[in-house]
Amino acid sequence: MTGTAPVIPPAAPPPAVLTRRHPWLSVLWSAVRTPRGAAGLTMALLVVGVAVIGPAVSPHSPTDLVTLTFAKPSGQFPLGGDFLGRDVLSRVLNGGWLLLLMALAATAIGIVVGAAAGMSAAYLHGPPDGIIMRTVDVILAFPQLVFALLLLSLLGPKLWLIVLAVGLSHAPAVARVIRSATLDIAERDYVKVAELQGMRPAKVMAKEILPNLVTPLMVEAGLRLTYSIVIIAGLAFLGFGQPPPAANWGTMINENRIGLQLNPWAVIAPAVLIALLTIGTNTFTDAVARVTIGVDRRPEEAALLDDLGPEQA
Amino acid sequence: MPGHEHIRGPALRPGENEVRLDVRGLEVRLGQAGPDVVGDVSFTVEAGQVLGLVGESGSGKTTVVLALLGHARRGLRISSGEVRVDGVDLLRLPAAQLRAVRGARVAYVPQDPSAALNPALRVGTQLKEAIRVHPGAVEDPDGRIREVLQEAHLDSSPELLRRYPHQLSGGQQQRVGLAMAFACRPSLIVLDEPTTGLDVSTQRHVLDTIRSLCAAYGVAAVYVSHDLAVVGGLVSDVAVMYAGRIIEAGPTARVFGEPLHPYSRGLLSAVPSPAQATRLTGIDGQPPRPGRRPAGCSFAPRCGFATEECRSRQPEPVLIDARTVRCARVAQVRESSTGVAAALGHTVPAAEEVPVLSLRDVSAGYGRRPALSGIDLNVPAESCVAVVGESGSGKTTLARCIVGLHRNWTGDIRFEDAPLAASARDRPRQVLRRVQYVFQNPYTSLNPRKTVGQIVAQPLEEYLRLGHRERSQRAARALADVSLGADFLPRYPDQLSGGERQRVAIARALVAEPDLLICDEVTSALDVSVQAVIVELLRGLQADRRIAMIFITHNLALVRSIAQSVVVLRDGAVVESGPVGQVLDHPVDPYTARLMQDVPKLTRPGPPGTAQGATAAEPAAP
Repeated sequence: MTGTAPVIPPAAPPPAVLTRRHPWLSVLWSAVRTPRGAAGLTMALLVVGVAVIGPAVSPHSPTDLVTLTFAKPSGQFPLGGDFLGRDVLSRVLNGGWLLLLMALAATAIGIVVGAAAGMSAAYLHGPPDGIIMRTVDVILAFPQLVFALLLLSLLGPKLWLIVLAVGLSHAPAVARVIRSATLDIAERDYVKVAELQGMRPAKVMAKEILPNLVTPLMVEAGLRLTYSIVIIAGLAFLGFGQPPPAANWGTMINENRIGLQLNPWAVIAPAVLIALLTIGTNTFTDAVARVTIGVDRRPEEAALLDDLGPEQA
Repeated sequence: MPGHEHIRGPALRPGENEVRLDVRGLEVRLGQAGPDVVGDVSFTVEAGQVLGLVGESGSGKTTVVLALLGHARRGLRISSGEVRVDGVDLLRLPAAQLRAVRGARVAYVPQDPSAALNPALRVGTQLKEAIRVHPGAVEDPDGRIREVLQEAHLDSSPELLRRYPHQLSGGQQQRVGLAMAFACRPSLIVLDEPTTGLDVSTQRHVLDTIRSLCAAYGVAAVYVSHDLAVVGGLVSDVAVMYAGRIIEAGPTARVFGEPLHPYSRGLLSAVPSPAQATRLTGIDGQPPRPGRRPAGCSFAPRCGFATEECRSRQPEPVLIDARTVRCARVAQVRESSTGVAAALGHTVPAAEEVPVLSLRDVSAGYGRRPALSGIDLNVPAESCVAVVGESGSGKTTLARCIVGLHRNWTGDIRFEDAPLAASARDRPRQVLRRVQYVFQNPYTSLNPRKTVGQIVAQPLEEYLRLGHRERSQRAARALADVSLGADFLPRYPDQLSGGERQRVAIARALVAEPDLLICDEVTSALDVSVQAVIVELLRGLQADRRIAMIFITHNLALVRSIAQSVVVLRDGAVVESGPVGQVLDHPVDPYTARLMQDVPKLTRPGPPGTAQGATAAEPAAP
């Protein structure tokens, strides 16, 4: 066998060379390649497509009264009419983009505030840790929706306030996760090296610790986006959203539930879209999380990394 | 498979014993159609013999020994070959029978006993369990446990059996592991670096135990290790692995006395000697990973003897001088001299002026637990002081006190006669710059999200506030000083080998132009051939740049090759200090004497034919 041993050509460099600079890109890519990740991403993108392209292709104005109240679906109005006789399809196509934007903005606020708080608490130890984490505990005692409603009832239902309230209600949970991730990284030797170089704590956090938190932050962002969608749609259902004539999936469910027996599509369409979006983002986030902890890593990669990579002390 | 007849393994003497283990043409592949991780592995082990399987990380030695148990790690697959234990091919057994064989006929002793024993179960319970899962293997389990514990040099009182693993010392834990493995009187026992985590004295006792157990039971044993000195003192036959192949196999005395494969030669000349100061020679480059192995000999890219033929054709194993060698140029290698390791003259430390660093009565602790007590230490300018001690002796705490990472210390540490603040935070930038620290583990001391260029240039930004252009020029120069090219600048740490990472860490320290360099076990995470390169690099840099250095190590053998004076630590106190020659040759303190005696020693390979070359590794006299 030695004589006829197959000559193994030097293997091509791994395709991940481009993504090396951004390890999170390769994580995303591995997640997309799992069935779970592909399914989640497809669902979410489908809804995002409806929300983004929708306004450009909607057949009628979302606010014009063009048909009968709770009209059954027909050729001209595929999803029928709503409680005022507006075209349900046009309202569905127009009612998503603001929800998406608000959810994204709220998620961003939650992640930024939460990560800053969690990282500072873990890295600075002592009194800052105590103050930040006890504040977190207090906010966590309120259910997210109640916390948002509290702020809104105090300051009035303004769109920016909804975003801020939902974002701030995410921050404590993000802070907890990031704090524990930072506790691990802050003990790594390269952080000690930076301290021995006389680097200021803020710079240590920004330059040495934060880049190593990208993966947990990515998982958190997906999770918080899911929650943001649910809460913001829920607030719209309760009447905290855009003022009446504007189309909004959450508001539509509330407006049209009285006509559920006459034209169920006016409720089902927005509800299905919200469900698809949340399930999709959640499933994809789940796939990302599984890839990062190695559950769905392909066995060959796992073997190479675990067994043949450089051995650690 | 015609290639196998002449590589029937190292047991080439006329078999006075029965062959217990017979491995033929073992091959393990990555995935279903991936490249082979190990291939063409064949050897035999007779009853009562111990085969040493040596190789550096990634050579495939652990993959081979797991295959001896019929096991492959996730993603790997045993694709062909036979593993016959007492004539039964384990690789052809159905799963249920294989399970019955494991632990009873074939036993495994893992590397880390503290991870292998269940922390929630008493030692006695676990030993009994090892016997109970094989009904009929042992008649009287309780009696057998007492017997095997005594044989493993453990006290067999019920008191020990009631303990939990964490209540035992590392050496005792590994003995329990050994007792468990021998409990059912197996035919084959596989030992995967069982003494790696232990201190030298403990290691020596555990090795003695292994030796006596193997002889008493007449088992065939396979002992895996990266530590050539340990293997040399224990085993009768040895097989050297490189890139998934056995490249040289034969009687230990022959292989270690006069290695014939260029890789074995390189490996042996990289081993430091505790008896003599030698210039260590490493092997440049790194082994190819599965799937990227060259078409010809895997070692050819790093080999000084390689020809065009070596690069194009895989060498056949040849039988020469009582061993098999997988090298096409073995005749030429044999003719060339082994090159006796160059001895180093002792450089006398410079006349005592003001020491760069002096410690007076330094004590430190973690909470109430003391870690250091009353340490006095002087580091003369331009000289290297080695700090030696076993794990838990406080040597890392000492280093962390000096650099200011450990703040909870009392006493007086003076750098160039100016007292140092306890914490690095309270020290001026210039003091921080002049005392540089190289961490033990290069896998955690480099930020995985930064390029080598950013890492090496960072001190220049923080200490000196240099501009971008100046920074990158100096960083490239510092990399050149540690023999890394400018093409390393844009790479990330995960694209580097362990040795390259440690060189980057050293370059990061050097770029600050320190006056004192503290190296904390900088080679303990590295392979022996890489260790040699790093030690030589540090020795050269220290001499050229005239910087003072503190070299912290648990490896007494390294001390002679790098330091002029040595400090021996035990339980946080200095037991002995002085010039290297004096302390190591004529230790005054019994602890130092015992340490020196327990260090596994490997006789240097001498030129062929000399008396020295014929006897390889002898264990230290008891």
